[in-house]
Amino acid sequence: MTPLIKISNLKKAYGAFTVLHGIDLDISEGEVVCVIGPSGSGKSTLIRCINRLEAFSDESSIIVDGVTVGPGKALAKVRAEVGMVFQSFNLFPHLTVLKNVMLAPMRVRGAKPAEAERKARDLLTRVGIATQAEKYPGKLSGGQQQRVAIARALAMEPKVMLFDEPTSALDPEMVGEVLDVMKTLAGTGVTMVVVTHEMGFARQVADRVIFMDGGRIVEQGTPSEIFDNPREDRTRSFLRSVLDH
Amino acid sequence: MNLVNTFFNIPILIDTFPLLLSGLLVTLEIGVTSIVAGLAGGLFLALVRLYGPGPVPFLSKIYIDIFRSIPLLVLLIIVYYALPFVGIRFSPFVSAVVALTLVSAAYTAEIFRAGIEAIPHGQFEASQALGLSGRHMMVDVILPQAIKIVIPPLTNNCINVLKDTALASVVAMPDLLKQATQAQALAANPTPLIGAALIYVALLWPLVAIVARLEKRFGKDKRP
Ligand SMILES: Nc1ncnc2c1ncn2[C@@H]1O[C@H](COP(=O)(O)OP(=O)(O)OP(=O)(O)O)[C@@H](O)[C@H]1O
Ligand SMILES: [Mg+2]
Repeated sequence: MTPLIKISNLKKAYGAFTVLHGIDLDISEGEVVCVIGPSGSGKSTLIRCINRLEAFSDESSIIVDGVTVGPGKALAKVRAEVGMVFQSFNLFPHLTVLKNVMLAPMRVRGAKPAEAERKARDLLTRVGIATQAEKYPGKLSGGQQQRVAIARALAMEPKVMLFDEPTSALDPEMVGEVLDVMKTLAGTGVTMVVVTHEMGFARQVADRVIFMDGGRIVEQGTPSEIFDNPREDRTRSFLRSVLDH
Repeated sequence: MNLVNTFFNIPILIDTFPLLLSGLLVTLEIGVTSIVAGLAGGLFLALVRLYGPGPVPFLSKIYIDIFRSIPLLVLLIIVYYALPFVGIRFSPFVSAVVALTLVSAAYTAEIFRAGIEAIPHGQFEASQALGLSGRHMMVDVILPQAIKIVIPPLTNNCINVLKDTALASVVAMPDLLKQATQAQALAANPTPLIGAALIYVALLWPLVAIVARLEKRFGKDKRP
């Protein structure tokens, strides 16, 4: 079976500083992949290349659902199929929660307002925000905002959901509610790539855990392979440093 | 009492008031036309300066810098007195509107650019990640947020344009100032000039007050 996401020789540099040293990674449909690693290892850069929020070297190739990710027309198609959730939510502050979720389906998919609204309310119910639909994002807690952001991305019915440390900006008591939504989502068969520092979540939900360091994939495997029997020293010392906290 | 009779001669003011009002009308016509055209031109210049292809951003910057440097009076005189030498002949009204618009567009462009650049990068990224086209990103996400930021400086620019319409009297436009100077000559008394000054103040004071209030309000709820 061809992978849903095929990343080959992904290279990315800022000037003379190389952030990604030729990453190869295949992700299958329905797979939940968690990416862990120290700060600056290139985790964000890796997933931001998948929808080309970061441009990458011409020798590299990323194919999502058969479409090559590159500049030009096809990019819009890829981005419509790839949802992204950011650490800082990035909700549209001038639109109500409901309008935040309705906007992209109407503008990109040409959905009718009534249909977009029905689906948006459905999704907001799924993430537990139905009663806040008419409020502006600024009136919501961080955890609520992030759940709206998840609903906003899901409204496009993406094949892939990318998460870049979705709980890192949250107060500790709100982390759980966002992780719960993500766990439920993982159970629905959506392909997910999650950059996270939540090792408990990775262990419980991931099909595969990828450990990155210095712009390379150092080690990957099932959660128990990575967390219980890491083969690489770097993985071991990283896990020791995060689990000690 | 002599002073009042000289500078604030009520009968003369009443006599010349209709003339002053007709001048005010012309002033408003020039001002509003230039403001509206300058807004459209400025938004266009800002967008091509930020997102235009190839040399377009640079050309836009050159335009903006030149028209912010040139004194409006010089530009107006070039448009009205110099262009006819190359066969381009504008009426006084069009000359005034052209000169004011060219300059206002340059200032407005910088205001819009600053407004767009003040929008957090995450807003652009979230729009792109959702697959919104560049046009939808601007129209639905970026510009509605930028408008709030640019309203105070845009209002300020409106005030400047309305004030600068007085320069149109140089090209024989019967605007408020021109009517006042003519009435002054006719009546051999400066009262119409004082009247014109009062009308300018009455027109612009509310705008000045609005800007102050807007700046205070938008200053308070700064986005995080
Ligand atoms: N715009 C940029 N210009 C220069 N260097 C950058 C830029 N963006 C990222 N980098 C560098 O690239 C490297 C990888 O960054 P990246 O954000 O992918 O790391 P990360 O693994 O996500 O780290 P964190 O856990 O802190 O989020 C870092 O060293 C960072 O300083
Ligand atoms: Mg990161």
